Amino acid sequence: MKNNSKATRWWKALAVLILTYVIVQGLIGTVPRQPILNESIRNVYFHVPLWFGMIILMLTSMVFSIRYLRSGNMDHDTVAVEFANTAILFGVLGCATGSVWANYTWGEPWPNDPKTNGVAVAMLMYFAYLILRNSFDDELRRARISAIYNIFTFAVFIPLIFILPRLTDSLHPGNGGNPAFGQYDMDNQMRAVFYPAIIGFTLLGVWITELRVRLRRLRELTDDIQDPLPKARTTAE
Amino acid sequence: MMRQIGVLMEKEFRLEWRQRYALNGMLLYIVSTVFVCFLSFSLRRNQLTPMVWNALFWIILLFTAINAIAKSFVQERAGRLLYYYTLASPQQIIISKILYNTILMVVLAGLGFSFYTLVMGNQVQDLPLFLANLLLGSVGFAASLTLVAGIASKAENSATLMAVLSFPVVLPLLLMLIRVSKNALDGLDRSVSLDEIGTLLAIDAIVLALSWMLFPYLWRS
Repeated sequence: MKNNSKATRWWKALAVLILTYVIVQGLIGTVPRQPILNESIRNVYFHVPLWFGMIILMLTSMVFSIRYLRSGNMDHDTVAVEFANTAILFGVLGCATGSVWANYTWGEPWPNDPKTNGVAVAMLMYFAYLILRNSFDDELRRARISAIYNIFTFAVFIPLIFILPRLTDSLHPGNGGNPAFGQYDMDNQMRAVFYPAIIGFTLLGVWITELRVRLRRLRELTDDIQDPLPKARTTAE
Repeated sequence: MMRQIGVLMEKEFRLEWRQRYALNGMLLYIVSTVFVCFLSFSLRRNQLTPMVWNALFWIILLFTAINAIAKSFVQERAGRLLYYYTLASPQQIIISKILYNTILMVVLAGLGFSFYTLVMGNQVQDLPLFLANLLLGSVGFAASLTLVAGIASKAENSATLMAVLSFPVVLPLLLMLIRVSKNALDGLDRSVSLDEIGTLLAIDAIVLALSWMLFPYLWRS
């Protein structure tokens, strides 16, 4: 996908810089005092960008699935599955940070909230995607059919996470009559951390994905090199 | 185009008629599930709240739908499927299958609803809205589950896979259906349900369009 010259590595340095800035600001920066939220508002820098990152990674995974179906290039399938894996990792981390936050502000670790439940369903979908992948032996077939399911899943996921919570009451801001966080509890200073945090976590996700894709490619290469040897030995015997 | 779809649908009906045991099995499945629920609740039938009545009905229907639609691709042998693909375009095949499954679901849902009201009591106050909702649900179930059945049939162990793949996919649909039918049960003004019905129509359209676009890639493998 990328040759690792200096020109293509700048975004990794950017990710490190942004995340350092976000973590420092998130732990010791000044934040506005809000009733109920108090200091837990700092979680906005971690919990929310993780979800944004997850959705961006899922979208990228779907785009690579579409590209696979159009081109039949196995490499696109590898990239798609690794983006999905990273999205699942972000999803689990988002659930964990959200759970901690909900425990202190809403009183229970898993409130019955449409958005929370929607995300849980999305996690189920992507786990099902991984199970579907493992149930095939034939590589081409696995790639094609899981790409189809990936596209289908993402399209169903969008109404689940963006439309349904807005139709009902939700504890999350921006749903069911609650104003979105842009409108009140964030001041300009918080925005200066929050928006870079989204970019930083997304870059981190892309970085993880890139490493895993390279690992997978190397493994495929070594499998190709090692495989003929045992076969040759058995035929010689 | 329309004629070919008609012929393909006729084929589906004939196939079903020749294997009547499968159809009868489905009918018996929904009737016995309803009856099991009736017996489980029979002691306190008058305490059954509309909420429970509603949720139970849709869960029964969901399981019936998954079982009924799961067989739409495994019924025929691979060689015969290959033969159809030489005759018709994949879009015609998926449309005919979805239409057939919709009709099957409408029949099953209608039967299930009438038997359910017979034994569990009818609590619906706005019957036309409930029936319209049932129809929308049948279309949605048929459209989303037909493609999933196609995906699951390509893998081994397809029965488990069918359930695992389809539950999360039909969930947004199911939530909307339950909400609208709860409104119908309570006899609320219809303008209350308009938002939900709009979303239902949108979800149905999304799944139909995706099935139409993705199936050509599926059948080639």
